[in-house]
Amino acid sequence: METLEVKKETVAKQTQTINGSQAVLEAFVSEGVDTIFGYPGGAIMPIYDALYDYHDKLKHILVRHEQGGIHAGQGYARASGRVGVVFGTSGPGATNLVTGLADAMIDSTPLVCITGQVFAHLLGTDAFQEIDVINITTPVTKWNYQVTDANEIPAVLAKAFYIARTGRPGPVLIDITKNAQLQLFEYEGYTPCTHIRSYRPKPIVRKEFVAEAAELINKAEKPFVIFGQGVILGKAEKEFKAFIEKAGLPAAWTVMGLSALDSDHPLNVGMLGMHGNYGPNVLTNECDVLIAIGMRFDDRVTGRLDKYAKQAKVIHLDIDPSEIDKNVKATVGVWGDCKETLPLLTKLVEEKQHIAWVNKFNEYMAEEVKEVIHEELNPTDDILTMGEVIRNLNELTNGNAIIVTDVGQHQMVACRYAKFNQSKSNITSGGLGTMGFGLPAAIGAKFGAPDRQVITIIGDGGFQMTLQELGTIMQNEVDVKILILNNQFLGMVRQWQQLFMDKRYSFVDIASPDYVTLAKAYGIEGQRVNQREILHDALSTMLHHKGSYLLEVMVGKENNVFPMVPQGCSVSEIRLK
Amino acid sequence: MNKQEFTITVYTENHIGLLVRIATMFSRRKINIESLNTSPSEEEGIHRFTIVINEFEEVVRKLARQIEKQVEVLKAYYNTNDEIVWQELALYKVSTDEIAEKVQVERLLREHGARAVVIRKDYTVFETSGHREETDKLVEVLAPYGLIEFVRSARVAIIKASHGFHEKLREFEEAMPGEEQIENEFLNKQEGIFTM
Repeated sequence: METLEVKKETVAKQTQTINGSQAVLEAFVSEGVDTIFGYPGGAIMPIYDALYDYHDKLKHILVRHEQGGIHAGQGYARASGRVGVVFGTSGPGATNLVTGLADAMIDSTPLVCITGQVFAHLLGTDAFQEIDVINITTPVTKWNYQVTDANEIPAVLAKAFYIARTGRPGPVLIDITKNAQLQLFEYEGYTPCTHIRSYRPKPIVRKEFVAEAAELINKAEKPFVIFGQGVILGKAEKEFKAFIEKAGLPAAWTVMGLSALDSDHPLNVGMLGMHGNYGPNVLTNECDVLIAIGMRFDDRVTGRLDKYAKQAKVIHLDIDPSEIDKNVKATVGVWGDCKETLPLLTKLVEEKQHIAWVNKFNEYMAEEVKEVIHEELNPTDDILTMGEVIRNLNELTNGNAIIVTDVGQHQMVACRYAKFNQSKSNITSGGLGTMGFGLPAAIGAKFGAPDRQVITIIGDGGFQMTLQELGTIMQNEVDVKILILNNQFLGMVRQWQQLFMDKRYSFVDIASPDYVTLAKAYGIEGQRVNQREILHDALSTMLHHKGSYLLEVMVGKENNVFPMVPQGCSVSEIRLK
Repeated sequence: MNKQEFTITVYTENHIGLLVRIATMFSRRKINIESLNTSPSEEEGIHRFTIVINEFEEVVRKLARQIEKQVEVLKAYYNTNDEIVWQELALYKVSTDEIAEKVQVERLLREHGARAVVIRKDYTVFETSGHREETDKLVEVLAPYGLIEFVRSARVAIIKASHGFHEKLREFEEAMPGEEQIENEFLNKQEGIFTM
């Protein structure tokens, strides 16, 4: 017994002298990181120096701009369900990450970002490339921390990964001063973090509230489920499906929840919100029990709050307690991971079918098809529509591809019409609406899900914001298909100017370079299409092309996205034209 | 419901940067902080923020939840003034000649429970503690006699119904919370004091 104890002691005390940079990379290896997106610079050079020896364990993708790096990290995280890892240097390297951090924060994407920082003794001296990155990033990170001593690195990184991926996920930024990266210390190995006393990612599920929710659902005549990304983040797609199928509940999704439920599932009644489907919006104000799962009642989903689902009892399932009652008062709040709460709820709900009620959604859909969708997907005039491009794409992908969109009209059209038959397939900037997100996020998505077809759909505005990442695609031979829907306008802003500002088109007329030639300069094959006859074949060529490909489709200049809930209106005031 | 004074008590880890993280919760929502105090708490290593704001209860409730969501925050409570016992400390610098010569001043100081902290030839520093109206009152009455300097501390407050943080901290320290711990107690509307 005694000898055993002694042996244990010696094992535990075995240490190794390494520097802080190596400790960072050891942490990555232990956490199962396989890809890092980054850009080097003075203050992060020791880490890059250490990385030189880790090339067999850690893949590093050199991006063309730190914003591209962090969006790639987001795309990776969203496609894989793992933590995205990003490197940037101090000063401008760090400030260039801010947009991505904000995007990841609002869309709950798990990231660990490492920024280099000037030597600790230079902090606060306005040293070259010194910026107070901790204070700049505080409102846009779930957690951030500055390391000035290498001894802290293993524990801090363990905490970073734990915080990023647990509970409601989010971005974490660790700023490491150059001296800590260089400092040699006695490394005792890496211990993953499993508990932080001030942080409770997994709340205890209160069974009595689950029971109350079940009772409301069982009594409901017109129950309606609205779900968001929480279902995907909780990896609870199966549990969700079992729940709605047992109780026969029609379910509509937010943009972030898209792809959690197969597009052709009979209970999938479509999209919520400003450019969502007719039925889900109108019937939100007719249902008697509204069951919100892993969604946060964003204003783009609710429209005017004081006219939102006032008639309904609201059940809200969320892992984040601050979301319950934040925008919409819940009759019953069920705090917890929906992976846990949904099966409990499923057990208590009665097997039912609400045929007449579900049919009502179908009736509204029929009207929407007649008024909007049919013409959008099968236009009769010469002008190509975004909708018909997506329809043709669906016919070729059968819903198997990952679709990464940018922000704007094309994003809404893609969300409305793209078909999905597996989860984690719709990657878009939902909460922040970051133009320029699409191209870099698609690069990350390909590394996160290398076996899947990745298509990024981008507008001519958004593409011009981060097109430098074509260089990343070229150098790393990333197989992403780039589909530019070019309407020669900043279309969404133009649509609002047309509808609400007397057609005063103020600075929305945006010129484009020759994208096909541009792609060629990067060694990427491409084609421009402006005729319907060749659209399908062009899409097929793109999808079957070995390696990356750019397809530019010239679509109608002044087409609008409908239906639409105008800002300040109730969801039931949704316009079909 | 009107806006009223609320005292938010936040138990936190003692970390650099946490003050900013908490302060931005208010500034982001354009809420003015009337008073903010950070101090040790009854638990070693646990910090206690006492923040006073003037707001609607609903706003304060949401704010407290956002604060509690921060990784290094253990717990956030909010209370109305009748749920707490509170004090603020004030210091007053007056000319020693003035008070030596005028009996009136000495009487005023005594009436307001002021205590001399420093007496020098040229000036004397008094302190009082109490609610804002009390410390303000003394400023008012001293003004005609040449108040040289005045400063008041942030509010510190004790929650009447609180049993302290010892029990809570033990629960937080356990890797897995026990069954008896009502973790999402904010959902429990019967709670005597407002808490999440």
